[in-house]
Amino acid sequence: MEIFTLGFMQRAIVVAICISIITPLIGNTIVLKRLSAIGDALSHAGLAGVAIGLCFGFNPVFTAILFSVISALIIEFIRTRFTNYSEIATAIVLSFAVGIAAVFSGFISNSASFNSFLFGSIVAISEQELIVVVMLAVIMLLTIVFLRRELFYIAFDEEGAELSGVKVKRINTLFTIITAVVVAIASRTVGALVISSLMVIPVACAMLVSGSYKQNIILSVIFALFFTIAGLIITSFYDLKPGGTIVLIGIATLIILLPFRRDD
Amino acid sequence: MEVLKVTDLSFDYPDKSILHRISFTVNKGDFLCIVGTNGTGKSTLLKLILNRLKPLEGRITLFGENSANFKSLYKIAYVSQKATSFNRDFPATVEEIVSLGLYSKKTPLGFLPPESEKMIDDALETVGMSDYKHKKIGRLSGGQQQRVFIAKALISKPEIIFLDEPTVGIDIKAVDSICCLLGELNKKGITIVMVTHDISSILYHSSHVLLLFEDGSSEMITSEQFGQSSVLSHVHHHTSEEEFIPKSMKKRL
Repeated sequence: MEIFTLGFMQRAIVVAICISIITPLIGNTIVLKRLSAIGDALSHAGLAGVAIGLCFGFNPVFTAILFSVISALIIEFIRTRFTNYSEIATAIVLSFAVGIAAVFSGFISNSASFNSFLFGSIVAISEQELIVVVMLAVIMLLTIVFLRRELFYIAFDEEGAELSGVKVKRINTLFTIITAVVVAIASRTVGALVISSLMVIPVACAMLVSGSYKQNIILSVIFALFFTIAGLIITSFYDLKPGGTIVLIGIATLIILLPFRRDD
Repeated sequence: MEVLKVTDLSFDYPDKSILHRISFTVNKGDFLCIVGTNGTGKSTLLKLILNRLKPLEGRITLFGENSANFKSLYKIAYVSQKATSFNRDFPATVEEIVSLGLYSKKTPLGFLPPESEKMIDDALETVGMSDYKHKKIGRLSGGQQQRVFIAKALISKPEIIFLDEPTVGIDIKAVDSICCLLGELNKKGITIVMVTHDISSILYHSSHVLLLFEDGSSEMITSEQFGQSSVLSHVHHHTSEEEFIPKSMKKRL
């Protein structure tokens, strides 16, 4: 347990807790709107931002946030043009982001730095990044809590929500921006390639055992906290990649829970 | 008292003209069924009334206000065909779904008023779903889900409810009970405007029928007039839905 006295591990744990609380909160809305692939598209957009940031000497976390937000707005725009085929938007942005990331990653001199964003790195979090992550997480959490009723209504019935006075377009855009920011900041710890899994798997586990929407939200946060904390502990002992370890714990939990699905 | 007035309403889709200079009025306490063959614009008309689509021409007023600027959203409620396409795994209880109907009454921080629990109980009792309050919505049958969606619509105590084919995909027994429920709500003074293919709800519960024709025109008749044409068609052993439309109108179909 000596490892938890080390500064980098303490920072990693704090960041992991922040991410584990906000990621499934976003994931609930994304999964229920059947837009699970959006996390993939935005994390790849973040990766493109990282590649450009590292290439041109900017802070990669900020370029990742910038690229993810721009991509999120493009997705939202395309989604309104293909209302019945909204997954087209995520596929287009994902392909574009992979193209940019692939091209610019070839010009990065320090490939280890780029790899740390692909699969996450607990040693990569600086004091400055910790402060940014905690502040953003608090802002995102308050926004989601404030909009909880609107997000639930939109996830259930977008048309009905609009007719009841919910500002659906405005909230959808804001929510997509929040998703982009969370994906970008979380990619530092768990990795861009696995952050979307952290949005979906805890929610999927919760859906198997929850008895209500409220329970689903609480349980998905508990599952995400368990996956990330357990993942970080295992990582620190066996020198594994944190992102992959966290996701594998999540998948194992999902498999264990499958036979216990509630049918009432 | 006039609750809905549609004047010279026209609407075209890029490839098809469907509504042409439609005019009708719905008064408080009316039960209007909108009837027509597929593609005549029944659901489109509802979307136009609810400001989901912009009319090409014409004017729609709700409670005397232009529908595009209508702000008293608590006065109206809408029930869609959702029961037929609803996701079985949606993780929400009946209580949580019905509470969405109280959206207009929430505080700025998103809290529901203290009396919301009783309002939910009352709405569920009205539709006969009190025993299912804590059940997950996806585990109910189509008919039961539609009752819950009607409870969600009722909870804000609307003056008019719009329903878009609420009985599609529901078994015949459930259809009858939903139609009776709508009839009872109408007797309590709630105005109902419903797109439907269900003949029994038209014959036994509605007060007026708006017929939409393929040439884009329309005609409003009373349910008695509609019944006469319906009886006539039964005598002639017709079964298709357009045979329920008065003979005088058939040449325009």
